[in-house]
Amino acid sequence: MDTSLRSRTRSFALAGLLVAVVVTVLAPLVGGSGMNYGRLMRHEAPDWGIFINLRVPRTLLALLVGGALSASGALFQALLRDALATPSSLGVSAAASLGAVIALAFFPGEETGLPVVWIAALVATGLVIALVAGIRRSSRFSSFTLVLTGIAISGICSAGILLLYSLAGIAKSFQITRWLMGGIEAVEYSVLLLLAAGIIPVLIWILRLARVLNVMSYGEAWAAGRGIDCQKVTWQGFAAGAFLAGTTTAITGPIAFVGLIVPHALRRIVGPDHRVLLPACMLGGGVFLVVCDTVSRSVLAPIEIPVGVTTALLGGPFFVWLLWSR
Amino acid sequence: MNLLSLGSVGYRYGNGPNTLLDVTLEADRPQVIGMAGPNGAGKSTLLDIMAGQRMPVSGTCRVQGRDTHLTDRGELCRLIAHVPQQLPSDVPFTVEEVILTGRTPYGRGLFENDEDLGAAERAIERTGLHAFRSRRFSSLSGGERQRVMLAAAICQQPSILLLDEPGAHLDPRNEAWLWTLVRELSAEGCLVVVVTHHLALAAQHCDRVCLLDQGRLVADGPPAQALHPDRLTEIFRVPFYRHDAADGRVFLSYGH
Repeated sequence: MDTSLRSRTRSFALAGLLVAVVVTVLAPLVGGSGMNYGRLMRHEAPDWGIFINLRVPRTLLALLVGGALSASGALFQALLRDALATPSSLGVSAAASLGAVIALAFFPGEETGLPVVWIAALVATGLVIALVAGIRRSSRFSSFTLVLTGIAISGICSAGILLLYSLAGIAKSFQITRWLMGGIEAVEYSVLLLLAAGIIPVLIWILRLARVLNVMSYGEAWAAGRGIDCQKVTWQGFAAGAFLAGTTTAITGPIAFVGLIVPHALRRIVGPDHRVLLPACMLGGGVFLVVCDTVSRSVLAPIEIPVGVTTALLGGPFFVWLLWSR
Repeated sequence: MNLLSLGSVGYRYGNGPNTLLDVTLEADRPQVIGMAGPNGAGKSTLLDIMAGQRMPVSGTCRVQGRDTHLTDRGELCRLIAHVPQQLPSDVPFTVEEVILTGRTPYGRGLFENDEDLGAAERAIERTGLHAFRSRRFSSLSGGERQRVMLAAAICQQPSILLLDEPGAHLDPRNEAWLWTLVRELSAEGCLVVVVTHHLALAAQHCDRVCLLDQGRLVADGPPAQALHPDRLTEIFRVPFYRHDAADGRVFLSYGH
């Protein structure tokens, strides 16, 4: 049984990797601006520049963000034994957004360059993690209180965003709206590298937790009797998932839905074992977001559809079909 | 060094009344201990404390000389397997995967090794679950689930096995089988503590019976002594009768 699980994990991982590579290679070649492939091959302007400086980094960003968001969704769902737990429902996305909106509202236009917004979003995420770290020693700390706390944080942060929005001038409020829509944009390679260096070690740490997460899904009483320190795993896992969601939200703005439907769709395809499900989410979430972003920037070019709209419009119907057909 | 040693253990939930008061209990060798008492007497709480899942408010609980709630959980669970009263129900895994959860304390590697698979195989063998191994756990009946959880605990290869009403969902044949298995396990060197309301079966199979009433240990000794009808009548508030059969077996009955 174990050998079959091991080989099943391996074949799913290989298949996923193959799909991810193919999609990542193809996606930058597709787009609305009618790329001249001859010029691209000869590394000539402007096509080569568009390809290497805009589309490739954008695709890689989507791959990282999609993988991180769906892994964090799968992790939250496992830890909290709540099918609806996601970075959005636990207040992580809202806190990161509030941080970004504060930066957008209070820093004068010129300086509202992305780094200030990113740092503000990261600080806000850090505050949420610190808050949970603070209450974890309390006897009332449980997966249930964590879910409710997340909902409260989410509500408070959304109220803060609305308040700032109503106080901001027209120009500012437009900026805020654009940011809250979320979107994958081309970033410098150095930013990609930094993001990958932060995210990939955390993803590996989560993968190593897979077997423990399987046992956690039996409930805390059973898991504790199998040698698992549930409080510790819950809080560490929350911190890891919040870090993934916070860092990616800081760069792209909130992209809802990926953390919810990708893990659920993949659970129906590869099964509930986290040793298969987690790598599947990391690759599948990335591929899903790359596809959605490619669609977003291609179908109505030169107008770009916010990627959150595409994830919901493409992923939603597919998810409902999967839910009812299997 | 005692296998299991509880010294003046007290417990209460929040600011509520005392659930356990001054419970002292020692077990220095493998045996079958029955734990009985009225609803709310504190039996399950006591089992949780033995399993290191609750920290006593006062007193100490030690396993092989070490405080249970201070011992690393993985290490503790290689010694103690606890099967709680409330079993998981909506688990999406197969019976074999559920049984393999018993191997979690032995390794945090991503996959089970041959030793784990061997232990699971023996546990399946002992509990006669061959036909069920590929079934989804959530599709099983209450009694079948109880057998699977017992198999998982056996797969854990503990020195101390804590069973909280393991026969609650079992039919008479399976419950008789359960007690035989419990005795076999204790003969092989495992200390088994069984919380049960089936006093007649406890009288028949236990080496020792502990009676809890309102958080206090009111009797601790051989079944014939601990399960005295007068004491049972007093703590359960229903008349008990003892019948001695010609072959030496003891029967208990109750009711007006």
